[in-house]
Amino acid sequence: MSINYSEKIPNNVNLANDRALQRALEHWQPHFLDWWREMGPHHFAQADVYLRTAVGVDAQGWASYGAVKMPDYRWGIFLADPVAGRTIGFGDHAGQPVWQQVPGEFRSQFRRLIVTQGDTEPASVEQQHLLGHTCPSLYDLRNLFQVNVEEGRHLWAMVYLLHAYFGRDGREEAEELLARHSGDTDKPRILGTFNEPISDWLSFFMFTYFTDRDGKFQLKSLAESAFDPLARTCRFMLTEEAHHMFVGETGVGRVVKRTLEVMKELGSDDPAAIRAAGAIDLPTIQRYLNFWFTSSLDLFGSEVSSNAASSFANGIKGRPDESQYEDHDCRTASFSLDTPQGREDVPLRNAMNQVMRESYIKDCEIGIKRWNLAIQRAGHEALRLTLPSPRFHRSIGVWAGLSVDPSGNAMEPAEHARSLPRWLPSEADRAFVHSLMRRVTEPGKMAAWIAPPDRGINNLPVEYEYVRLQ
Amino acid sequence: MNHALQPAAAQTVDFDTEPSRYAHWKLAVDGEVATLSMDVNEERGLRPGYRLKLNSYDLGVDIELRDALDRIRFEHPAVKVVVLTSARERMFCSGANIYMLGQSSHAWKVNFCKFTNETRNGMEDSSRHDGLRFLAAVNGTVAGGGYELALACDEILMIDDRSSTVSLPEVPLLGVLPGTGGLTRLTDKRGVRRDLADFFCTTAEGVRAGRARQWKLVDHVARPQQFADAVAARVAALHATSTRPGLGARGITLEPLERAEHASGFRYRHVEVAVDRAARTATLTVHAPTGPQPGSLPAILEAGCRWYPLALARELDDAILRLRSNEPDVGLWLLETRGDARAVLAMDDFLEAHAHHWLVRETVGWLRRALARLDVSSRSLYAILGEGSCFAGTLAELALGADRSFMLALPADDAAAPRLTLSRANFGRYPMANGLSRIANRFMGDAAAVAAAEAVAGDALPATVAEELGLVTFAPDDIDWADEVRLAIEERASLSPDALTGMEASLRFGAPETQDTRIFGRLSAWQNWVFHRPNATGEQGALKVFGTGSRAKFDWQRV
Repeated sequence: MSINYSEKIPNNVNLANDRALQRALEHWQPHFLDWWREMGPHHFAQADVYLRTAVGVDAQGWASYGAVKMPDYRWGIFLADPVAGRTIGFGDHAGQPVWQQVPGEFRSQFRRLIVTQGDTEPASVEQQHLLGHTCPSLYDLRNLFQVNVEEGRHLWAMVYLLHAYFGRDGREEAEELLARHSGDTDKPRILGTFNEPISDWLSFFMFTYFTDRDGKFQLKSLAESAFDPLARTCRFMLTEEAHHMFVGETGVGRVVKRTLEVMKELGSDDPAAIRAAGAIDLPTIQRYLNFWFTSSLDLFGSEVSSNAASSFANGIKGRPDESQYEDHDCRTASFSLDTPQGREDVPLRNAMNQVMRESYIKDCEIGIKRWNLAIQRAGHEALRLTLPSPRFHRSIGVWAGLSVDPSGNAMEPAEHARSLPRWLPSEADRAFVHSLMRRVTEPGKMAAWIAPPDRGINNLPVEYEYVRLQ
Repeated sequence: MNHALQPAAAQTVDFDTEPSRYAHWKLAVDGEVATLSMDVNEERGLRPGYRLKLNSYDLGVDIELRDALDRIRFEHPAVKVVVLTSARERMFCSGANIYMLGQSSHAWKVNFCKFTNETRNGMEDSSRHDGLRFLAAVNGTVAGGGYELALACDEILMIDDRSSTVSLPEVPLLGVLPGTGGLTRLTDKRGVRRDLADFFCTTAEGVRAGRARQWKLVDHVARPQQFADAVAARVAALHATSTRPGLGARGITLEPLERAEHASGFRYRHVEVAVDRAARTATLTVHAPTGPQPGSLPAILEAGCRWYPLALARELDDAILRLRSNEPDVGLWLLETRGDARAVLAMDDFLEAHAHHWLVRETVGWLRRALARLDVSSRSLYAILGEGSCFAGTLAELALGADRSFMLALPADDAAAPRLTLSRANFGRYPMANGLSRIANRFMGDAAAVAAAEAVAGDALPATVAEELGLVTFAPDDIDWADEVRLAIEERASLSPDALTGMEASLRFGAPETQDTRIFGRLSAWQNWVFHRPNATGEQGALKVFGTGSRAKFDWQRV
């Protein structure tokens, strides 16, 4: 049975006339659907979900809303419009026209990057497989599913690149993206962080705020790539990724808001009293923040990296917003790196991961400021949420495994180990947060630990039935 | 990374270590199975200027591996199977450290590669001759020299976690060769089809377990959850083929070598090295056993590492390694012996009579490997059979393996005239890399000459007879001796060291090609050529720019 491509798979890559791509997708698409049924949101296949679907890349096309059953979601393939006369913006090939095909020389480097990026997309869907069962509201449930289907689409985007530009190897890698599974000890996802299940909503909001933001920076750096189809794909993905971070920022913000309300009602900031009232105390939120921020920092890789240097030099991966920098060659520049042995000058090209990590940290501050503004407005001058030092709780890079407190000071390992429960979610914290996770599915109602959003989706009221459960 | 070049001999390289001093390996012995886990300490490189990330190795890591293998051979005779694995998750070994190679001098690289080759060949040697089996339990990604290490094992079991890959990325990534046996073992040992090998060796990211198995790059694959069981199953299978003694055999202790160092050399109990740096020669003198020797198996076990043949093997091996690493300008080694030939022949008889016993077998193995190390040393070797020498049996191998030999003829003083005595030890106990005895290799294709030599085995031959039989090169008499030998030494020391290295390596090994000769004679030679070319080691060469992000600038001319 042939597929009506433009109907089934919205696209702007001329799929209807591309036999090679059709052949690849005909094989892959059924596997993708099987994967979605097995690994996607658990037990919600029959629900009608008010979802945004991209049917084009223009202002009307990229956000077309309507109720759909998720397995019928039209996962499309879109590249941002080409920029006429675009040239390579950095590295050894700067100034030359961008590549429309992958140069053989860099084929494996590109493939590895695309596979690594692609692997995180379905991984996050798998991590959130069971989360729908404990949704705090239909509004949040819908946002979870929106994030999930878009991660699915981002997988498609990467698979498109593999199918269209990497021949047989690409097709095999595309199959592997469906074969590896988050947390599966036999065939785990490539990056460690993506093998941890996300089983509570506070973690989900932290994940979308911090970990999806890493995704944003990765996409931004790939959007600079000399390989134009990759750059265009990632530029379009970024429009969707913004929503994921919105979910994170407003999600954490609403948790904070609800906590402040309870604190006001109680006239106390005593964590035990706040917990007894069914909200999450700020110190617990801080501990979750510490955990997710630091594990997301690890995703940028080692501070000094030969891969990063070669990706930059070869035009494979630039810095996010490359145009804001003056030096696009960076061959002779150096970077002052904070290491446990003190400041160390390293060649800038090798430090690109760290350059990116530092931009990321700045970006993370924005939401923190907003949350703190709410705390301040509630009259708590002494209470603040803060980003821990990037030296704290690291598993990758020069600070990995060191006994450092959240302010970045070295300390005795034994003392450090004793202090960890103050800084990172303890088993008791997790048990408490889990105890709050009860499903609320009455339209407009919210769980007791989270405030309602300021507004609904696409100008609809908050009370709208965003998910019709069958 | 702009680090100054490290002169090879800036600091003495020491090959002494023992398990409590290991920085990079963990040796665990459980009954008849030893597990050697690689856990390289990034900060403990042998030289400054690089970090040993991702379980990558340098000479220091390999020195520990060699030591661990010798401990297993001698201290743990019960061990029948060695499992080589990694203590890291998802990373078996990423091969030789590239930054180390990038900053090293040519001589350092070549010496490093030779030593690592010898260690890996030594594993195969122990499996072939002494039944010690090796399983590579590849529990994560394995690249370059890491895979070459696995290739030296009897079997490779690879984890199939859908992510880990096996690769030989030297050509595409570094512009050099998988020169530690990699290319050779793919085809010769594993029978990988040459076109698939060609593809594999140019694919930087390598292949995952499924294809690795299909292409015969590995023998077995197992999912992470079944991996431990699969290791156990393969260990059991290899165990069944081992001829090591197993439980009940009590090991001996390899105590630290006693080595006294002085300004112009060093001396062990039985081996002595005198270096003449001005003349660029070293005299390596082996002393025969003296006094009563242990005459029974319990007695040699009791003597342990002080038992003469074992002490000789260790000392000879160490002397060769130290001269190679620390005296690069000393291009001519003069091989001498001192003592009573009868004591050497008595030792040979003992080795022959107890050839089945594990300690005898392992000791002969170490002698075999030490003599093989001499064969591939890039130094001119002259054997000097002068007055008081005892080139007999095992020690006669030194004369037979030399590039040239000079034997003093003393027709007027029969009692003082040096003798050369062959024993059964010279007819197959110590095969060279090409599988031939040094005698057979010497008389390539001349069975009559070998037979004539065999016919006089046991006879103490004077110089004229030895010369006539072709067992020595020249036999000057006492009037000519001093001058002839001096001239030959001075002349040799004046010739181009490069040309000599090439010439000697070509002449030393006769016709039969084996995997080992192909590794040393073909692969290493090409690798050393590539190491010298600007495409690898010029300022813009692939090895130099690795890690900086810049691409290599190649001279496209094929040479």
